[in-house]
Amino acid sequence: MVERLLMKGNEAIGEAAIHAGCRYYFGYPITPQSELTAYMARRLLKIEGAAFIQSESEIAAINMVYGAAAAGGRVMTSSSGPGISLKQEGISYLACAELPCVIVNMMRGGPGLGSIQPAQGDYFQATKGGGHGDYHLIVLAPSSVQELVDLTIKAFDLADKYRNPAMILGDGLLGQMMEPVQFKEFQKERIPSKEDWALGSCQGRKPRRIVPFNLDPDELEKIVNKIGRKYEDLPKEVQYEVVNMDDPDIVVVAYGTVARVVKTVIQKGKKEGINIGLIRPITLYPFPYAVINDAANRVKQILVAEMSLGQMVEDVKLAANGKSKVFFYGRTGGVVISPVEIWEEVKKILNQN
Amino acid sequence: MLDEIIIAGFGGQGILLMGRLIAHAGMLEGKNVAWMPSYGPEMRGGTANCTVIISSEEVASPVVSNPITLIAMNQASLDKFEPLVEKEGIIILNKSLISRDVNRDDLEVIKVPANDIANELGNLRVANMVVLGSYIAKRRTVKMETIVMVLEETLGEKSEKMIALNKEALKRGEKIVTE
Repeated sequence: MVERLLMKGNEAIGEAAIHAGCRYYFGYPITPQSELTAYMARRLLKIEGAAFIQSESEIAAINMVYGAAAAGGRVMTSSSGPGISLKQEGISYLACAELPCVIVNMMRGGPGLGSIQPAQGDYFQATKGGGHGDYHLIVLAPSSVQELVDLTIKAFDLADKYRNPAMILGDGLLGQMMEPVQFKEFQKERIPSKEDWALGSCQGRKPRRIVPFNLDPDELEKIVNKIGRKYEDLPKEVQYEVVNMDDPDIVVVAYGTVARVVKTVIQKGKKEGINIGLIRPITLYPFPYAVINDAANRVKQILVAEMSLGQMVEDVKLAANGKSKVFFYGRTGGVVISPVEIWEEVKKILNQN
Repeated sequence: MLDEIIIAGFGGQGILLMGRLIAHAGMLEGKNVAWMPSYGPEMRGGTANCTVIISSEEVASPVVSNPITLIAMNQASLDKFEPLVEKEGIIILNKSLISRDVNRDDLEVIKVPANDIANELGNLRVANMVVLGSYIAKRRTVKMETIVMVLEETLGEKSEKMIALNKEALKRGEKIVTE
Protein backbone atom coordinates (compact mmCIF):
# COMPACT_ATOMS: atom_id res chain seq x y z
CA MET A 1 0.00 0.00 0.00
CA VAL A 2 1.14 3.53 -0.72
CA GLU A 3 2.10 5.37 2.46
CA ARG A 4 -0.37 7.90 3.90
CA LEU A 5 1.14 11.27 4.75
CA LEU A 6 -0.43 14.03 6.80
CA MET A 7 -0.01 17.15 4.67
CA LYS A 8 -1.21 20.72 4.55
CA GLY A 9 -3.26 21.44 1.42
CA ASN A 10 -0.88 24.04 0.02
CA GLU A 11 2.14 21.78 0.46
CA ALA A 12 0.28 18.82 -1.03
CA ILE A 13 -0.30 20.83 -4.23
CA GLY A 14 3.42 21.51 -4.41
CA GLU A 15 4.38 17.88 -3.97
CA ALA A 16 1.73 16.82 -6.49
CA ALA A 17 3.10 19.27 -9.06
CA ILE A 18 6.62 17.93 -8.64
CA HIS A 19 5.22 14.41 -8.79
CA ALA A 20 3.59 15.31 -12.12
CA GLY A 21 6.90 16.47 -13.55
CA CYS A 22 6.59 20.20 -12.86
CA ARG A 23 10.12 21.58 -12.68
CA TYR A 24 9.44 25.30 -12.97
CA TYR A 25 7.62 27.49 -10.48
CA PHE A 26 7.37 31.26 -10.47
CA GLY A 27 5.33 33.12 -7.91
CA TYR A 28 4.96 35.74 -5.27
CA PRO A 29 3.70 34.91 -1.76
CA ILE A 30 0.23 35.88 -0.59
CA THR A 31 -1.93 34.48 2.21
CA PRO A 32 -3.58 31.94 2.23
CA GLN A 33 -1.34 30.10 -0.25
CA SER A 34 2.19 31.18 0.74
CA GLU A 35 3.09 27.70 1.99
CA LEU A 36 2.92 26.52 -1.63
CA THR A 37 5.49 29.08 -2.78
CA ALA A 38 7.70 28.19 0.20
CA TYR A 39 7.35 24.47 -0.49
CA MET A 40 8.33 24.86 -4.14
CA ALA A 41 11.37 26.89 -3.08
CA ARG A 42 12.48 24.15 -0.69
CA ARG A 43 11.89 21.27 -3.09
CA LEU A 44 12.76 22.64 -6.54
CA LEU A 45 16.10 24.07 -5.49
CA LYS A 46 17.22 20.51 -4.69
CA ILE A 47 16.23 19.13 -8.10
CA GLU A 48 18.84 19.40 -10.82
CA GLY A 49 17.71 21.46 -13.80
CA ALA A 50 14.65 22.78 -11.98
CA ALA A 51 13.96 26.48 -11.46
CA PHE A 52 12.23 28.41 -8.69
CA ILE A 53 11.94 32.17 -8.76
CA GLN A 54 10.20 34.38 -6.24
CA SER A 55 9.42 37.05 -8.77
CA GLU A 56 9.23 40.78 -8.13
CA SER A 57 5.49 40.71 -8.86
CA GLU A 58 2.65 38.46 -9.93
CA ILE A 59 2.82 39.99 -13.41
CA ALA A 60 6.47 39.01 -13.73
CA ALA A 61 5.63 35.49 -12.49
CA ILE A 62 2.94 34.81 -15.08
CA ASN A 63 5.20 36.03 -17.88
CA MET A 64 7.96 33.73 -16.65
CA VAL A 65 5.35 30.98 -16.89
CA TYR A 66 4.82 31.98 -20.54
CA GLY A 67 8.54 31.57 -21.18
CA ALA A 68 8.90 28.20 -19.50
CA ALA A 69 5.72 26.87 -21.13
CA ALA A 70 6.89 28.04 -24.57
CA ALA A 71 10.12 26.12 -23.98
CA GLY A 72 8.03 22.99 -23.31
CA GLY A 73 8.37 22.68 -19.54
CA ARG A 74 5.70 21.72 -17.04
CA VAL A 75 5.28 24.99 -15.16
CA MET A 76 3.13 26.34 -12.36
CA THR A 77 2.33 29.60 -10.60
CA SER A 78 0.01 30.22 -7.68
CA SER A 79 -1.60 33.07 -5.83
CA SER A 80 -4.85 34.23 -4.30
CA GLY A 81 -7.43 36.94 -5.10
CA PRO A 82 -5.52 40.16 -5.81
CA GLY A 83 -2.50 38.28 -7.16
CA ILE A 84 -4.63 36.26 -9.58
CA SER A 85 -6.19 39.50 -10.83
CA LEU A 86 -2.72 40.85 -11.57
CA LYS A 87 -1.93 37.73 -13.61
CA GLN A 88 -4.96 38.05 -15.90
CA GLU A 89 -3.23 39.77 -18.81
CA GLY A 90 -0.60 37.07 -18.88
CA ILE A 91 -3.20 34.31 -18.60
CA SER A 92 -5.01 35.69 -21.65
CA TYR A 93 -1.66 35.72 -23.53
CA LEU A 94 -1.02 32.09 -22.53
CA ALA A 95 -4.46 31.07 -23.78
CA CYS A 96 -3.95 32.86 -27.12
CA ALA A 97 -0.51 31.32 -27.57
CA GLU A 98 -1.98 27.91 -26.61
CA LEU A 99 0.56 27.35 -23.87
CA PRO A 100 -0.11 24.70 -21.21
CA CYS A 101 0.48 25.61 -17.57
CA VAL A 102 -1.16 25.27 -14.18
CA ILE A 103 -2.32 28.28 -12.19
CA VAL A 104 -3.44 27.79 -8.59
CA ASN A 105 -5.90 30.18 -6.94
CA MET A 106 -6.56 29.56 -3.25
CA MET A 107 -9.47 31.96 -2.99
CA ARG A 108 -9.78 34.52 -0.20
CA GLY A 109 -12.38 37.13 0.61
CA GLY A 110 -12.82 39.85 -1.99
CA PRO A 111 -13.31 42.17 -3.78
CA GLY A 112 -10.31 44.45 -3.43
CA LEU A 113 -7.62 43.51 -0.98
CA GLY A 114 -10.56 41.88 0.79
CA SER A 115 -9.72 39.48 3.61
CA ILE A 116 -7.48 36.45 3.93
CA GLN A 117 -10.20 34.02 5.00
CA PRO A 118 -11.70 31.37 2.66
CA ALA A 119 -14.10 32.42 -0.10
CA GLN A 120 -15.40 31.39 -3.52
CA GLY A 121 -15.92 34.79 -5.10
CA ASP A 122 -13.50 34.18 -7.99
CA TYR A 123 -15.78 31.68 -9.77
CA PHE A 124 -16.72 34.13 -12.52
CA GLN A 125 -13.11 35.23 -12.96
CA ALA A 126 -11.93 31.62 -13.25
CA THR A 127 -14.65 30.13 -15.44
CA LYS A 128 -15.81 33.02 -17.62
CA GLY A 129 -12.51 34.42 -18.80
CA GLY A 130 -10.98 36.78 -16.27
CA GLY A 131 -8.60 38.26 -18.79
CA HIS A 132 -9.60 39.84 -22.08
CA GLY A 133 -10.65 38.08 -25.25
CA ASP A 134 -12.25 34.82 -26.31
CA TYR A 135 -10.84 32.12 -24.07
CA HIS A 136 -11.53 29.80 -21.17
CA LEU A 137 -9.38 28.14 -18.57
CA ILE A 138 -9.84 24.49 -17.68
CA VAL A 139 -10.98 24.88 -14.06
CA LEU A 140 -10.80 22.12 -11.44
CA ALA A 141 -12.31 22.49 -7.96
CA PRO A 142 -10.91 20.13 -5.29
CA SER A 143 -12.63 19.60 -1.97
CA SER A 144 -10.07 17.64 0.03
CA VAL A 145 -6.31 17.54 0.39
CA GLN A 146 -6.22 14.22 -1.51
CA GLU A 147 -8.15 15.85 -4.33
CA LEU A 148 -5.73 18.78 -4.34
CA VAL A 149 -3.11 16.16 -5.17
CA ASP A 150 -5.14 14.22 -7.74
CA LEU A 151 -6.50 17.30 -9.51
CA THR A 152 -3.15 19.09 -9.61
CA ILE A 153 -1.74 16.10 -11.48
CA LYS A 154 -4.82 16.02 -13.69
CA ALA A 155 -4.54 19.77 -14.36
CA PHE A 156 -1.05 19.26 -15.82
CA ASP A 157 -2.32 16.41 -18.00
CA LEU A 158 -5.33 18.37 -19.27
CA ALA A 159 -3.28 21.51 -19.87
CA ASP A 160 -0.86 19.52 -22.03
CA LYS A 161 -3.62 17.61 -23.80
CA TYR A 162 -5.49 20.76 -24.83
CA ARG A 163 -2.55 23.15 -24.86
CA ASN A 164 -4.51 25.48 -22.64
CA PRO A 165 -3.85 26.94 -19.17
CA ALA A 166 -5.59 25.02 -16.37
CA MET A 167 -6.56 26.41 -13.00
CA ILE A 168 -6.89 24.78 -9.59
CA LEU A 169 -9.63 26.75 -7.87
CA GLY A 170 -9.36 26.05 -4.15
CA ASP A 171 -9.89 28.23 -1.11
CA GLY A 172 -7.96 29.28 1.96
CA LEU A 173 -9.47 26.56 4.11
CA LEU A 174 -8.33 23.76 1.77
CA GLY A 175 -4.90 25.33 1.59
CA GLN A 176 -4.47 25.55 5.36
CA MET A 177 -5.98 22.26 6.48
CA MET A 178 -4.13 18.97 6.94
CA GLU A 179 -5.46 15.60 5.83
CA PRO A 180 -3.92 12.26 4.95
CA VAL A 181 -2.78 11.99 1.32
CA GLN A 182 -1.34 9.32 -0.91
CA PHE A 183 0.81 9.77 -3.99
CA LYS A 184 0.31 7.03 -6.50
CA GLU A 185 3.14 6.20 -8.86
CA PHE A 186 3.38 8.66 -11.74
CA GLN A 187 4.34 7.36 -15.17
CA LYS A 188 6.63 9.85 -16.84
CA GLU A 189 5.44 8.63 -20.23
CA ARG A 190 2.19 10.40 -19.48
CA ILE A 191 3.83 13.72 -20.28
CA PRO A 192 3.34 14.19 -24.03
CA SER A 193 6.21 15.15 -26.27
CA LYS A 194 6.18 18.84 -27.15
CA GLU A 195 8.87 18.60 -29.80
CA ASP A 196 6.49 19.47 -32.61
CA TRP A 197 5.64 22.89 -31.24
CA ALA A 198 7.84 23.99 -28.32
CA LEU A 199 10.77 26.35 -28.69
CA GLY A 200 14.34 25.52 -27.77
CA SER A 201 17.25 24.84 -30.05
CA CYS A 202 16.18 25.15 -33.69
CA GLN A 203 19.27 23.32 -34.91
CA GLY A 204 18.18 21.11 -37.77
CA ARG A 205 14.73 22.63 -38.11
CA LYS A 206 13.08 25.87 -39.15
CA PRO A 207 12.85 28.55 -36.46
CA ARG A 208 9.48 28.82 -34.73
CA ARG A 209 7.76 31.56 -32.84
CA ILE A 210 5.04 31.44 -30.21
CA VAL A 211 3.17 34.73 -30.02
CA PRO A 212 -0.13 35.80 -28.48
CA PHE A 213 -1.27 37.93 -31.43
CA ASN A 214 -1.96 38.20 -35.13
CA LEU A 215 -2.66 41.64 -36.51
CA ASP A 216 -4.53 40.28 -39.53
CA PRO A 217 -8.18 39.85 -38.37
CA ASP A 218 -8.80 36.90 -40.70
CA GLU A 219 -5.72 35.13 -39.41
CA LEU A 220 -6.54 35.87 -35.76
CA GLU A 221 -10.07 34.61 -36.35
CA LYS A 222 -8.61 31.29 -37.53
CA ILE A 223 -6.50 31.07 -34.36
CA VAL A 224 -9.42 31.90 -32.08
CA ASN A 225 -11.70 29.46 -33.89
CA LYS A 226 -9.10 26.74 -33.39
CA ILE A 227 -9.02 27.55 -29.69
CA GLY A 228 -12.82 27.54 -29.68
CA ARG A 229 -12.92 24.01 -31.07
CA LYS A 230 -10.95 22.82 -28.05
CA TYR A 231 -13.69 24.17 -25.80
CA GLU A 232 -16.25 22.26 -27.84
CA ASP A 233 -14.27 19.09 -27.07
CA LEU A 234 -13.86 19.80 -23.37
CA PRO A 235 -17.27 18.56 -22.12
CA LYS A 236 -15.97 15.00 -22.42
CA GLU A 237 -13.64 15.80 -19.52
CA VAL A 238 -16.54 16.73 -17.19
CA GLN A 239 -16.12 15.32 -13.70
CA TYR A 240 -18.51 15.52 -10.76
CA GLU A 241 -19.54 13.64 -7.63
CA VAL A 242 -23.12 12.76 -6.72
CA VAL A 243 -24.20 11.76 -3.22
CA ASN A 244 -27.58 10.43 -2.11
CA MET A 245 -29.19 11.11 -5.51
CA ASP A 246 -31.49 8.06 -5.67
CA ASP A 247 -34.67 9.76 -4.54
CA PRO A 248 -33.86 13.16 -3.04
CA ASP A 249 -36.42 15.62 -1.64
CA ILE A 250 -34.09 18.45 -2.59
CA VAL A 251 -30.76 18.68 -4.38
CA VAL A 252 -27.90 20.90 -3.26
CA VAL A 253 -25.24 21.93 -5.76
CA ALA A 254 -21.97 23.04 -4.18
CA TYR A 255 -18.26 22.79 -4.94
CA GLY A 256 -15.04 22.72 -2.92
CA THR A 257 -15.22 23.28 0.82
CA VAL A 258 -18.95 24.04 0.77
CA ALA A 259 -19.71 20.61 -0.75
CA ARG A 260 -18.11 19.01 2.30
CA VAL A 261 -20.27 21.09 4.60
CA VAL A 262 -23.28 19.81 2.62
CA LYS A 263 -22.18 16.20 3.24
CA THR A 264 -22.56 16.83 6.97
CA VAL A 265 -26.04 18.24 6.31
CA ILE A 266 -26.94 15.09 4.33
CA GLN A 267 -26.17 12.98 7.42
CA LYS A 268 -28.33 15.27 9.56
CA GLY A 269 -31.13 15.01 6.98
CA LYS A 270 -31.03 11.20 7.11
CA LYS A 271 -31.58 11.30 10.88
CA GLU A 272 -34.50 13.70 10.48
CA GLY A 273 -36.14 11.92 7.55
CA ILE A 274 -35.21 14.41 4.81
CA ASN A 275 -33.37 13.09 1.77
CA ILE A 276 -30.86 15.65 0.61
CA GLY A 277 -28.96 14.97 -2.61
CA LEU A 278 -25.66 16.57 -3.55
CA ILE A 279 -24.17 17.30 -6.94
CA ARG A 280 -20.59 18.45 -6.58
CA PRO A 281 -19.01 19.81 -9.75
CA ILE A 282 -15.32 18.83 -9.80
CA THR A 283 -14.67 20.44 -13.17
CA LEU A 284 -16.13 23.97 -13.10
CA TYR A 285 -15.09 24.47 -16.71
CA PRO A 286 -16.26 22.31 -18.42
CA PHE A 287 -19.34 22.60 -16.19
CA PRO A 288 -21.48 19.47 -15.54
CA TYR A 289 -24.66 20.87 -17.13
CA ALA A 290 -26.09 17.47 -18.11
CA VAL A 291 -26.21 15.88 -14.65
CA ILE A 292 -27.85 19.00 -13.19
CA ASN A 293 -30.34 19.13 -16.05
CA ASP A 294 -31.21 15.51 -15.35
CA ALA A 295 -31.69 16.30 -11.64
CA ALA A 296 -33.94 19.24 -12.53
CA ASN A 297 -36.24 16.73 -14.25
CA ARG A 298 -36.58 14.78 -11.02
CA VAL A 299 -36.74 17.33 -8.17
CA LYS A 300 -38.73 20.50 -7.70
CA GLN A 301 -36.07 22.40 -5.79
CA ILE A 302 -32.37 22.89 -6.24
CA LEU A 303 -30.35 24.85 -3.69
CA VAL A 304 -26.99 26.29 -4.68
CA ALA A 305 -24.65 27.08 -1.77
CA GLU A 306 -21.52 29.14 -2.33
CA MET A 307 -19.11 31.30 -0.37
CA SER A 308 -20.02 34.26 -2.58
CA LEU A 309 -23.00 36.45 -3.45
CA GLY A 310 -24.01 33.84 -6.04
CA GLN A 311 -21.91 33.03 -9.09
CA MET A 312 -22.08 29.30 -9.91
CA VAL A 313 -25.84 29.62 -9.34
CA GLU A 314 -26.04 31.20 -12.82
CA ASP A 315 -24.62 28.04 -14.43
CA VAL A 316 -26.95 25.88 -12.35
CA LYS A 317 -29.92 27.95 -13.57
CA LEU A 318 -28.73 27.48 -17.15
CA ALA A 319 -28.47 23.75 -16.54
CA ALA A 320 -31.87 23.49 -14.83
CA ASN A 321 -33.34 25.47 -17.72
CA GLY A 322 -36.50 26.40 -15.83
CA LYS A 323 -37.41 22.80 -15.05
CA SER A 324 -36.99 23.23 -11.30
CA LYS A 325 -36.79 26.18 -8.94
CA VAL A 326 -33.20 27.21 -8.17
CA PHE A 327 -32.55 28.78 -4.77
CA PHE A 328 -29.35 30.32 -3.50
CA TYR A 329 -27.66 30.55 -0.12
CA GLY A 330 -24.31 32.27 0.30
CA ARG A 331 -21.92 33.81 2.79
CA THR A 332 -19.16 36.07 1.59
CA GLY A 333 -16.24 38.18 2.74
CA GLY A 334 -14.34 35.16 4.09
CA VAL A 335 -17.14 33.66 6.21
CA VAL A 336 -17.36 29.87 5.87
CA ILE A 337 -20.90 28.49 5.63
CA SER A 338 -21.74 26.25 8.59
CA PRO A 339 -23.75 23.00 8.37
CA VAL A 340 -26.47 24.58 10.54
CA GLU A 341 -27.05 27.39 8.05
CA ILE A 342 -27.51 25.04 5.09
CA TRP A 343 -29.77 22.78 7.17
CA GLU A 344 -31.99 25.74 8.11
CA GLU A 345 -32.12 26.85 4.47
CA VAL A 346 -33.10 23.35 3.29
CA LYS A 347 -35.92 23.19 5.86
CA LYS A 348 -37.12 26.68 4.91
CA ILE A 349 -37.30 25.79 1.21
CA LEU A 350 -39.07 22.47 1.85
CA ASN A 351 -41.60 24.10 4.20
CA GLN A 352 -42.46 26.89 1.79
CA ASN A 353 -42.89 24.71 -1.26
CA MET B 1 -17.61 9.85 14.22
CA LEU B 2 -15.08 9.34 16.97
CA ASP B 3 -14.46 12.93 18.00
CA GLU B 4 -14.70 16.53 16.90
CA ILE B 5 -12.34 18.62 18.96
CA ILE B 6 -11.70 22.32 19.24
CA ILE B 7 -8.44 23.19 20.95
CA ALA B 8 -8.04 26.85 21.88
CA GLY B 9 -5.67 29.05 23.82
CA PHE B 10 -2.97 31.73 23.50
CA GLY B 11 -0.58 31.67 20.57
CA GLY B 12 2.57 30.00 21.89
CA GLN B 13 0.81 27.44 24.09
CA GLY B 14 1.36 24.74 21.51
CA ILE B 15 -2.28 24.60 20.49
CA LEU B 16 -1.71 23.71 16.84
CA LEU B 17 0.92 21.08 17.72
CA MET B 18 -1.47 19.37 20.13
CA GLY B 19 -4.04 19.10 17.37
CA ARG B 20 -1.52 17.85 14.84
CA LEU B 21 -0.30 15.11 17.17
CA ILE B 22 -3.85 13.82 17.60
CA ALA B 23 -4.54 13.99 13.85
CA HIS B 24 -1.24 12.32 12.94
CA ALA B 25 -1.73 9.54 15.49
CA GLY B 26 -5.29 9.00 14.23
CA MET B 27 -4.01 8.68 10.67
CA LEU B 28 -1.35 6.14 11.69
CA GLU B 29 -4.11 4.10 13.34
CA GLY B 30 -5.96 4.00 10.04
CA LYS B 31 -8.65 6.52 10.87
CA ASN B 32 -9.88 9.42 8.78
CA VAL B 33 -8.65 12.72 10.14
CA ALA B 34 -8.70 16.43 9.37
CA TRP B 35 -6.85 19.26 11.08
CA MET B 36 -7.89 22.84 10.50
CA PRO B 37 -6.04 25.76 12.07
CA SER B 38 -7.24 29.28 12.57
CA TYR B 39 -5.00 31.51 10.49
CA GLY B 40 -4.48 35.17 9.80
CA PRO B 41 -4.35 38.22 12.07
CA GLU B 42 -5.96 36.38 14.99
CA MET B 43 -2.81 34.26 15.15
CA ARG B 44 -0.57 37.25 15.79
CA GLY B 45 -0.13 37.54 19.53
CA GLY B 46 -3.75 36.73 20.21
CA THR B 47 -5.66 33.51 20.43
CA ALA B 48 -4.99 30.38 18.44
CA ASN B 49 -7.35 27.54 17.84
CA CYS B 50 -7.62 24.46 15.71
CA THR B 51 -10.22 21.87 14.90
CA VAL B 52 -9.42 18.17 14.75
CA ILE B 53 -11.82 15.56 13.43
CA ILE B 54 -11.20 11.84 13.88
CA SER B 55 -13.68 9.53 12.25
CA SER B 56 -14.16 5.99 11.08
CA GLU B 57 -16.08 7.39 8.09
CA GLU B 58 -15.22 10.00 5.47
CA VAL B 59 -14.68 13.39 7.09
CA ALA B 60 -17.43 15.62 5.71
CA SER B 61 -17.36 19.25 6.89
CA PRO B 62 -13.92 20.26 8.13
CA VAL B 63 -15.69 23.15 9.86
CA VAL B 64 -17.20 22.18 13.18
CA SER B 65 -19.94 24.37 14.64
CA ASN B 66 -20.47 22.26 17.77
CA PRO B 67 -17.47 20.27 18.99
CA ILE B 68 -17.89 17.14 21.08
CA THR B 69 -14.72 17.98 22.98
CA LEU B 70 -13.35 21.40 23.89
CA ILE B 71 -9.83 21.79 25.17
CA ALA B 72 -9.61 25.29 26.63
CA MET B 73 -6.11 26.39 27.54
CA ASN B 74 -7.12 29.86 28.79
CA GLN B 75 -10.13 31.78 30.05
CA ALA B 76 -10.87 33.59 26.77
CA SER B 77 -11.12 30.25 24.97
CA LEU B 78 -13.56 28.88 27.52
CA ASP B 79 -15.68 32.03 27.24
CA LYS B 80 -15.73 31.80 23.47
CA PHE B 81 -16.35 28.09 22.96
CA GLU B 82 -18.24 26.86 26.05
CA PRO B 83 -21.67 27.71 24.59
CA LEU B 84 -20.87 25.77 21.40
CA VAL B 85 -19.97 22.37 22.87
CA GLU B 86 -22.45 19.57 22.07
CA LYS B 87 -24.77 18.43 24.86
CA GLU B 88 -23.18 15.56 26.81
CA GLY B 89 -19.84 16.76 25.46
CA ILE B 90 -16.62 17.23 27.37
CA ILE B 91 -14.64 20.30 28.35
CA ILE B 92 -11.05 19.78 29.38
CA LEU B 93 -9.77 23.02 30.81
CA ASN B 94 -6.47 24.35 32.01
CA LYS B 95 -7.31 25.04 35.66
CA SER B 96 -4.06 26.97 36.16
CA LEU B 97 -5.31 29.80 33.93
CA ILE B 98 -9.07 29.49 34.31
CA SER B 99 -10.47 30.60 37.63
CA ARG B 100 -14.18 30.36 36.89
CA ASP B 101 -16.38 27.29 36.82
CA VAL B 102 -18.06 26.02 33.69
CA ASN B 103 -21.58 27.49 33.51
CA ARG B 104 -23.27 24.57 31.75
CA ASP B 105 -24.42 21.48 33.60
CA ASP B 106 -25.17 19.30 30.57
CA LEU B 107 -21.60 18.22 29.93
CA GLU B 108 -18.60 16.70 31.66
CA VAL B 109 -15.75 18.89 32.88
CA ILE B 110 -12.19 17.82 33.53
CA LYS B 111 -9.95 20.34 35.24
CA VAL B 112 -6.25 19.98 34.65
CA PRO B 113 -3.76 22.22 36.47
CA ALA B 114 -1.56 22.07 33.39
CA ASN B 115 0.71 25.05 33.99
CA ASP B 116 1.33 24.03 37.62
CA ILE B 117 2.25 20.48 36.62
CA ALA B 118 4.43 21.75 33.77
CA ASN B 119 6.21 24.09 36.17
CA GLU B 120 6.76 21.20 38.58
CA LEU B 121 8.37 19.35 35.70
CA GLY B 122 10.59 22.37 35.13
CA ASN B 123 9.29 23.55 31.75
CA LEU B 124 6.09 25.55 31.28
CA ARG B 125 6.07 24.71 27.59
CA VAL B 126 4.91 21.14 28.22
CA ALA B 127 1.58 22.31 29.67
CA ASN B 128 0.01 21.32 26.35
CA MET B 129 1.34 17.76 26.72
CA VAL B 130 -0.17 17.49 30.21
CA VAL B 131 -3.59 18.38 28.81
CA LEU B 132 -3.06 16.08 25.83
CA GLY B 133 -2.37 13.24 28.28
CA SER B 134 -5.67 13.96 30.03
CA TYR B 135 -7.50 14.13 26.70
CA ILE B 136 -6.25 10.74 25.54
CA ALA B 137 -6.93 9.08 28.89
CA LYS B 138 -10.46 10.42 28.80
CA ARG B 139 -11.44 10.02 25.15
CA ARG B 140 -9.21 7.12 24.00
CA THR B 141 -9.67 8.17 20.36
CA VAL B 142 -6.01 7.33 19.76
CA LYS B 143 -3.56 5.21 21.70
CA MET B 144 -0.98 6.77 23.97
CA GLU B 145 1.75 4.67 22.29
CA THR B 146 0.90 6.18 18.93
CA ILE B 147 1.03 9.72 20.32
CA VAL B 148 4.44 8.97 21.84
CA MET B 149 5.63 7.56 18.51
CA VAL B 150 4.52 10.69 16.64
CA LEU B 151 6.02 12.89 19.33
CA GLU B 152 9.37 11.13 19.02
CA GLU B 153 9.26 11.60 15.26
CA THR B 154 8.31 15.29 15.61
CA LEU B 155 10.97 16.08 18.19
CA GLY B 156 13.39 13.88 16.22
CA GLU B 157 16.42 16.17 16.18
CA LYS B 158 15.93 17.45 19.70
CA SER B 159 17.49 15.86 22.77
CA GLU B 160 16.27 12.69 24.43
CA LYS B 161 15.76 14.84 27.50
CA MET B 162 13.00 16.76 25.71
CA ILE B 163 11.30 13.55 24.65
CA ALA B 164 11.47 12.19 28.20
CA LEU B 165 10.07 15.44 29.57
CA ASN B 166 7.17 15.41 27.11
CA LYS B 167 6.41 11.77 27.92
CA GLU B 168 6.42 12.57 31.63
CA ALA B 169 4.01 15.47 30.99
CA LEU B 170 1.68 13.15 29.06
CA LYS B 171 1.76 10.66 31.94
CA ARG B 172 0.98 13.31 34.55
CA GLY B 173 -2.00 14.46 32.49
CA GLU B 174 -3.17 10.88 32.10
CA LYS B 175 -3.08 10.43 35.89
CA ILE B 176 -5.48 13.34 36.43
CA VAL B 177 -8.13 11.29 34.66
CA THR B 178 -7.27 7.76 35.75
CA GLU B 179 -6.69 8.41 39.47
